[in-house]
Amino acid sequence: MPVPSKPRVGLFVTCLVDLMRPSVGFAAVKLLEEAGCIVDAPVQTCCGQPAYNSGDRGTTRDLAMQAIEAFQGYDYVVAPSGSCAGMIKAHYPELFEEDPNWRAKADALAAKTHELTSFLVDVLGVTKVDASFAGAVTYHDSCSGLRELGVKAQPRRLLASVEGLTLVEMKDSDVCCGFGGTFAVKYSDISGAIVEAKARNVEASQAPTLLAGDLGCLMNMAGKLSRDGSPVQVRHVAEVLAGMTDEPAIGVARNPAAK
Amino acid sequence: MTVQSTSPQFKQNATRALNDAQLQRALGNVKQGFIDKRQMAADKLPEFEALRDSARDIKNHTLEHLDLYLEAYEEKVRSSGGHVHFARDAAEAREIILSICREAGAKTVTKGKSMISEEIGINHHLEANGITPVETDLGEYIIQLRNELPSHIIAPAVHLNATQVEEDFRRVHTHLDAKRDLSEPVQLLTEARAVLRERFLAADVGITGANFLVAETGTSIIVTNEGNGDLTQILPKTHIVLASIEKLVPTLEDVSQLLRVLARSATGQELSVYTTFSTGPRRSADADGPENYHVVILDNGRSSMLGTAFEEMLRCIRCGACMNHCPVYHAVGGHAYGWVYPGPMGAVLTPSLIGVDKAGHLPNASTFCGRCESVCPVRIPLPKLMRHWREREFERHLTPATVRSGLKLWGFFAKRPALYRLATRAAMGALALAGRRHGRFAWLPMAKGWTKVRDFPAPQGETFQQRWKRERKGASA
Repeated sequence: MPVPSKPRVGLFVTCLVDLMRPSVGFAAVKLLEEAGCIVDAPVQTCCGQPAYNSGDRGTTRDLAMQAIEAFQGYDYVVAPSGSCAGMIKAHYPELFEEDPNWRAKADALAAKTHELTSFLVDVLGVTKVDASFAGAVTYHDSCSGLRELGVKAQPRRLLASVEGLTLVEMKDSDVCCGFGGTFAVKYSDISGAIVEAKARNVEASQAPTLLAGDLGCLMNMAGKLSRDGSPVQVRHVAEVLAGMTDEPAIGVARNPAAK
Repeated sequence: MTVQSTSPQFKQNATRALNDAQLQRALGNVKQGFIDKRQMAADKLPEFEALRDSARDIKNHTLEHLDLYLEAYEEKVRSSGGHVHFARDAAEAREIILSICREAGAKTVTKGKSMISEEIGINHHLEANGITPVETDLGEYIIQLRNELPSHIIAPAVHLNATQVEEDFRRVHTHLDAKRDLSEPVQLLTEARAVLRERFLAADVGITGANFLVAETGTSIIVTNEGNGDLTQILPKTHIVLASIEKLVPTLEDVSQLLRVLARSATGQELSVYTTFSTGPRRSADADGPENYHVVILDNGRSSMLGTAFEEMLRCIRCGACMNHCPVYHAVGGHAYGWVYPGPMGAVLTPSLIGVDKAGHLPNASTFCGRCESVCPVRIPLPKLMRHWREREFERHLTPATVRSGLKLWGFFAKRPALYRLATRAAMGALALAGRRHGRFAWLPMAKGWTKVRDFPAPQGETFQQRWKRERKGASA
C-alpha cells in the first residue's frame, strides 16, 4: 500500500501516557508531524488489555469496539507503545472470531496500526531525527513490541541519529522487566525479583539514562531504580527522539527553582 | 490426581523460593546455561525455524487423527509380541503397572526418567505394595533420595547444589566408607554409578517413559544422556513403557524431524547422547532385551483437551525450553508451581489435569512476555493458552473478588470516554499534587502490591487529552 503524501494519523495515546506522562504523547505528535503526518488524537480511553489479560473478554470486546469506531477515519493509527499496538494488531481480530462484521473492522484497524518507532522507520522510511541528547543511554526491549511486532532495530536506528547520544547495550535487554500489567500488583514479590535483575543489568551498563518504548515497563523500572536509590534517569524513547527532554525524568520531581 | 498439589499455595511457595538463597544460586545456572546453548544450536542450523513449523504440523496432524494412530500403534506392538494397556486415569495406570510387577514377581523396579511416572505417583504406590522402585537418572535418583518432585522436566535436580547431593549420599549410602572424599562432582557421579550398577543388575522390572511412540512400527523411543534408560529397559526380564496418549507420532520419518528440534531446544545438543528405539520383546536372534514388553498408555484428562483450545498443548514434546526462558521460573524455580509440571508448559497443562480451581494461580503468574512461545519447538502459543485459562476462571467466577470489582469499576469508566476524561483529569490532578514534592510515591493506599517492591512515579498532572483539547482543539480545559 503506498503511503499518502500527508498521511492522516490517529494517535492512540495509550491510557498510561494519557494519564501519567502526556509529554510522551506530545513527543510522538512532534515526531509524526516532522515526518509529514497530519496528527489527530480522537477521544479515547484504553485498548482493553487489562481486561483481556484478566480473562474478561466481554469488557475487552466493548473497549475494542469503542477503539475501532474512534479510529476508523484515519490512514494509520500509531501508539507510543508496543504493548497497546500489539493488542490492537495481534489480538483485536481474535476477539471477533465469531462476528464477521466486527472481525472485518478489527482486521482493518489491525492492518493500519503501528508502534511509533516501527511506523517511522518501516512505514515512513525515516532514517534520522533532528534531536540531540548528551550522554550514554541503554535501551530495554519491551516484550510485546519485541515479540509480537518485531520492534528491535527501529528504535536503535533512530537513536543512532541523535546527536551526542551513545547507545550502550545492557545484558539481557530483551528479557522481561517483570511488569506484566496487573501481574506487577498481583504477584508483587515475583515481579520485584524480576525487576531487581533488570535494574542490576541497567546499572551494570553504566549508562546514566534508561530508555524503552512502553510506559508500563518504564514506570516499573523507574520505580525500582528510584526505590534502590539509583541515579539512573528513565525516559520514553520518544522523548529523546523528539528532543523533548526538558520534562523531568519518570519519577523525578519538578524542581520549582528551575521554573 | 495422586501427587499432592501445593499449586493453590503458589504465592506462599514463591515467596519461600525467593527467600531461599541456596535455591536462588542454583537457579542462576538455568538462566545462563540452557539459553545460550539453545541459541547456538539453533543458529548453527539454517532450517531450524522451518523444522519448528514442520514439528508443529506433524503433531497437529497426529492429534487430528489420534484415534487411528493409537489403534495402529497398538496393533503393531501386539504383532511384535508386546502388550498395550490403556489407562483412563492415574489410578488405573498404577494398578496396571502393579499387576505387571506382581506377575513378574518383582522386588526391585528400576526406572528411567519419566514425567508420567511422576504424574501418576507410581513410586509411592509400588513402595506401599512392597516393591522397591529405584530411579536411575542421576537427577531423579537424587530427588528420590530427598522425596521431592522434579523441579524441572529435563533437569529434575536443577534446584540443588553439589553440597546438598553429598549430604544426601552420605545419609543414604551408609554401606560406604564415611571418610570417603566427595568434594568433587565427578566423585558423586562415580558413587552414583557404582550404587546404581548393582540396582540395574538386581532389577526384575524396568520402567521407562517414552519421548515418542511410533504408530508405523510400534516402536517406543527414549532420549537420554546417561544411558540409564538403556540399562533400565534391556537388563530386566520385563520392560514397561509408560507414556501418555500425545506421545504418538505417525512414522519414523516424522520422529527424525522431531528429534532434530528436541535436543537442540532442550540442551542445545544436536542429538542426545542416547536415542534408543525399542520394538516389542527380545526376539530369538536378539543378543539382549526383555522377555516381556508392556506399554501403558495414559489419558488422565488429555482426551478431553482434544477439540478444545487446549489441544495445542498436546503438541508438547517436553524439551523444557519454555521454563528455561521464563522469567517467573527463573525467579521461583519449579517447586513453587506446586505439582509435577512447572514453568509455562505446566501453567497450561496443570489446570487441565488437576483442575483450574486448584491450579488457577499458575496461568495467572505470567507477565505474558512471550519468550516461551518464541522458543517452543512445536510453536505452542503458551501465553494465549494461559489467557484462555484466565477466561475460564473469569467465566466461572474463580477470579478473586477484589480483581473482579476493580475491573468492573475500571471498565465502567473506560467504556464511557466523557466520564473517563473528567474522572481521570480530577484523579491525575490530585495525584500529581500529592506527588509533586518527590515525583514519586513510596506508598499508595490502592497500590500496595506495586509500592511494596518499587516506587510509583507521580503523574505529570494534566492528562494528554486535557492538554490536547486545550492546545489543539482550541477549547478550554
